[in-house]
Order: sequence, then C-alpha cells, then structure tokens
Amino acid sequence: MTTFRSRPAVGLADTDFAGDFGEQQTLRSAMVGYWRRVRGGDMGSLPAILGLVVLFVVFGLANDRFLSALNLANLITQAGAICVLAMGLVFVLLLGDIDLSAGVAGGVAACAMALAVVNLSWPWWAAILVGTACGALIGLAIGVLRASLGIPSFVVTLAFFLGLQGVTLKLIGEGGSVRVDDPVIRGLTIENLSVPVGWALALAVVLGYAGVEAFQLRRKKALRLSHPPGGVILARVSAIAAVVFGVTVVLNVNRSVNPSVEIRGIPYVLPLVLVLLVVATVVLTRTSYGRHIYAVGGNAEAARRAGISVDRIRVSVFVVCSSLAALSGIIAASYAGKVSASSGAGNTLLYAVGAAVIGGTSLFGGRGRAIDAVIGGVVVATIANGLGLLNQSSYINFLVTGGVLLLAASVDAISRRRRSSSGMG
Amino acid sequence: MTADAQPILELRGVNKSFGVVHVLHDVDFQVYPGQVTALVGDNGAGKSTLVKTIAGIYHIDSGAFLFEGRPVTVRSPNDVSALGVEVVYQDLALCDNLDIVENMFLGRELKSRGLLDEARMETMARDALASLSVRTVKSVRQTVSSLSGGQRQTVAIAKSVLWNSKVVLLDEPTAALGVAQTRQVIDLVRRLADQGLGVVLISHNMSDVFAVADRICALYLGRVAADVAASEVSHAQVVELITAGRSGDLGLASLTESM
Repeated sequence: MTTFRSRPAVGLADTDFAGDFGEQQTLRSAMVGYWRRVRGGDMGSLPAILGLVVLFVVFGLANDRFLSALNLANLITQAGAICVLAMGLVFVLLLGDIDLSAGVAGGVAACAMALAVVNLSWPWWAAILVGTACGALIGLAIGVLRASLGIPSFVVTLAFFLGLQGVTLKLIGEGGSVRVDDPVIRGLTIENLSVPVGWALALAVVLGYAGVEAFQLRRKKALRLSHPPGGVILARVSAIAAVVFGVTVVLNVNRSVNPSVEIRGIPYVLPLVLVLLVVATVVLTRTSYGRHIYAVGGNAEAARRAGISVDRIRVSVFVVCSSLAALSGIIAASYAGKVSASSGAGNTLLYAVGAAVIGGTSLFGGRGRAIDAVIGGVVVATIANGLGLLNQSSYINFLVTGGVLLLAASVDAISRRRRSSSGMG
Repeated sequence: MTADAQPILELRGVNKSFGVVHVLHDVDFQVYPGQVTALVGDNGAGKSTLVKTIAGIYHIDSGAFLFEGRPVTVRSPNDVSALGVEVVYQDLALCDNLDIVENMFLGRELKSRGLLDEARMETMARDALASLSVRTVKSVRQTVSSLSGGQRQTVAIAKSVLWNSKVVLLDEPTAALGVAQTRQVIDLVRRLADQGLGVVLISHNMSDVFAVADRICALYLGRVAADVAASEVSHAQVVELITAGRSGDLGLASLTESM
C-alpha cells in the first residue's frame, strides 16, 4: 500500500483529505463553516439553547419570582426526571421508533419501589433495583413484540401505555397513593450536596472535560487525524465552564424563605443526571453498540448486510429506554413524596418526547445525542415552571406545551428537508 | 493477460430455484485473481441471483462452491466475508447518517480497551482510499450523504481494499453515474484487479465491459451461454449472446425454452 501523500498546494483545498487537518482551518473559517452548516439545516441544539435564553428573559420579566434562587433550584430539580426519561427516549428515537409507554413504565417502577419499601421493608438500594428491573422487563416485552412480530412501535407501546396504567391501579388501588418516606430516596431531590463538595464537583467536571478535550486534541494532532481548530475547543470548554460555575453559584446561594433555616447546595439529583449523561454519551459515541444503533437508525438494511443483528439492537434500546424511564419515575416519586395511580400518565411522556425533539433528536431516526435530552429537558421544565408561576389556567398550559412540541417537530422536519437539499444529510 | 491456472472462486454445476421457478441451471462460473470477469445478461437472466448466491444470501440447491480450490459450505453472508469475498450491492448499503470511516468499518469496528479505536480506523480508511488514488474526498469524516454518487461508490468499493479481500463483486456500479464518475469507478475497478483481487463486474453497459473486463461470462435464461476472453469476442457477438443465447458457434447449442 502506498504511504499517504503530502498535502497539495494552495487552491486544491477540496481534495486529498485537506479538510481533515485543523491547521489549515482558522478559527474564523471554522465559524464560517459552522454558520453555513446551521443555515444548511444542521442545527443541532442551537434552537433549544436560543429558546432557553428567550424563555428566561420572558419569564424573568413576567414574574419577579422566576429568577429567584429558590425557583431556579426547583426548576433544576423538576428537570431531573424529564431529562432522564428523555435520555431513555433518545435511544428509541435513534431507531426511528417511539415508546409511548415510557412515562407509565416509570410509574409502575416507582410503585414497585415504593411497595418494596413500605410492604417488604427493603433497603433503598434493593427497592431501586426492583424498580429498575421492572422497567427493564417492560422494555424487554416491548422490544420482543416490536422486533420479532414486527408490530409497529407506536401500537405496541400504546397498548402498554393503557395496560400498565391498569397494573398501577391494581398495585395501589383506585384513588390511592403510597408515601415515599425512605430518607435516601427522598433525599435524591430534597437533600443537597454541601457547598464545598458542590464546588469540588463543579471544578472536577470542568477540569475533567477540559482535560479530555485537550488530551484528545493533542493525540489527534500527533497522529495526523481529523480535528477541529484549537480555538473551537477553547470556546466549547469556556462555554461549559460558564454554565457549570454559573449553576453552582446559583445553587450554593441560600435560597430558604425561612430566615432561621439555611438551604444551600446542589441537589443530589443533578450529579445523578450528570453521571447518566456521561455514561449514555460514552455508550452512544465510543462503543460499537452505540455505533450500531446509529447504523440501524440510518439504514437498517445496510446494517443487516454488515452483519449487525438488527433485532437485538431493537430489543436492547427498548430495554434501555424503559430502564431509564424507571429511574425517572423513581426521581419523580422522590420529588412528589408519593406514588399515585396517575404517576407517569398525563403529560409526562409528552414532556419527555418534546424534550428530546426540542434538544435536537430527530423523530425519523439516525440523529440525536444524550445531551439533546438534557438541554431539551431544561427547556421543557422552564416552560412548565414559568407557566406555573404565572398561575395560568390549565388551558394555557396545554396550549403552550402543545405549541412548543409542534414548533420543535417543525424545526426538525424543516432542518431535515434543508439538509437533504443542501446535501448534508 | 496471463490466466492463472486456478480460479480463486468457482461455482460448479450450481442450480437454484425459487419454488417452481428454476432460476439457475447448471451454472459453471470462475473468478481468477488479478482479472476482471464481466457478468452480463438481460434482465431475468439470473445475474443478481448468481451474485446473491455467491454472497451467501441464497443457498444453492445443488452443485459445488469452491474457494481457492477447496469446497466450502456457505450458510450466510458472514461465512462469505470471512473467506475474503466482498459484495458491493447496487444500492451500496451505506448509512447516510454516518461518515466515511464509520461506514467502511460498519459491523467490523476496531476496538481498543473496549472502546472504539477511532485513530486506527481513521488512519486505515484514509490509507485505503489513498492507495486507490482517490483524490477527490475532502475529509474522511464527512457524512456519506454529502458525497456525490461516484464518491459513494468509491467508498463502498474501498471497503474491499480495507479488509484485504480476495474477491470483489460489483453489482451495476455505474448504473446511476455520469460520464466522469463512471470513468472514476472503472479506473478503480482496474486498479483493484491490478492489486491482485478477483473482480466480478455485473453490468448492462457494453462500453464499460469492454473497457475493463478480461473475461466475459454471458448468462441467458439462467444458463451460461458463453465464458470467453474479452479479446476473443466482439461487441455485437456479446449482444447476440445476451439476447438470443447464441452467436455463430458460440453459445448454447439448443434452446429448450422459447422467449
């Protein structure tokens, strides 16, 4: 095999893999390239981030309590369950499928967890394990029905959406509820990391992220692999640092309304979501399993011919989705302090699908990341929180939520069309 | 062009039926290393079935499948790619949402310590494309959906170089391409053969066939009408073999089925 040729002279920039080497790309040309991609339809999470800024401005002006430390901390905690559920849905959406039962699967799992603690007096970790196992089992059933019988996921999961609500009713009894009192489980959403630990965590996250990016950039340069210019990496790390430190500052301020009690610190649910985000991102981007998920979502026939077991991938993503849904249900139960017959029903799934799509995941498959779920989850939580503070009638809530989902799906569809016409996707 | 004594892949007396439809009749087919064998025939002659049989998608009803002189049992496409046979389908089987490197390593990703070894895959992909003198690709990290038809075809073909295949089957590679892109792909096919691979080219296009093929195998209604060196037949004779099954003293001795 011939060795790699030296790079061509100026003027032949579009050949010989010239685009792979960052030194030939200045920060300015990278920004121009980025803007061109955005206009061509490859928007990623940009609409969600812009939307978030707009929402904060609008709600901040409309209600003076919105930007208070207490409310922002509540917002972040409320976002936790939505983000986790949305993360699970990303796995399913990547294949072009949907899981309409994810919300109530979380409800069933939370029931199992609560009953394990109350009726069987199990320790918190065993209860959480039982709940997650319930989720995994539900996902397995859905996945097998979808993959081996070929029933469309919409139908299968709709059937489970209805059936699982019956299961919850049977477990809890009509109109009843089960209190969640276990200190560890409740502490997930109402207890906080101490201030120094919170700062240590923030520092660790920022330094860790910066370190990984720097290491990868150096390695890619050394091995003559494709890499973005250093300026882009710096910009990304700075943005992450700003967000992380900003959130930490807000959460470490005393947000108690009672002058005799102090409430400070990062709620435990936030590092939990962070850990899940890191794990999900590594699985999707750095393992062959994740690669195969994107492949099946992009072209299932090509994946099959490449030797990938399409059925196994399909079953596995439903298991992952329902397991994460179980965790989300447990977090929601922790926040509410109880599990009721309507846990997980109603708006829950809608919020999570909306979150994933708003964050940039495509409903048509093949496109999406775990971070989309987190960004979208924060957007959805902001809408719900802001509308709640403005004390609007229910009809406004429904209209706005429906409108936002429609907006997000339209952005997705329009980007798709633009991508295919601009030759990018 | 010296013909190697032993074909690298050979089908002997192969029959294949789908229900009552008997598609392949006693087909003998050889592929020689370093040579391009063109498989020609009209629609319905059995070319695609023959390719899919070689690729392991269909099982032969009777006959022998030999690789490097030894009989092998082929049960699935994985068996066949393990032998070193690559098939490039007409629809290319590329995932539009993945980039060039990811597509070239699809299903056979390289790993280091449990995670994907992107560095090695990227380097090998670039080297494979460079070794085929592919100069028109801007970045191996661009998604294949942004490539032109000829470039996509090139990526699909370059996979065979990557995996050190011994035989490559190309199903109508230039069917949807323009003049310049067709030229690009035909040159690539020649370079593959020059590297010692046995190449099978299925094509409707006589000018492509005569531009690059060393041998021509004509199928007519599921039978091999002729298997000759390209230098020994003319364009007109090949067309006659395709449409009528015989041309002068070449071709099937008697026709048992009417058109």
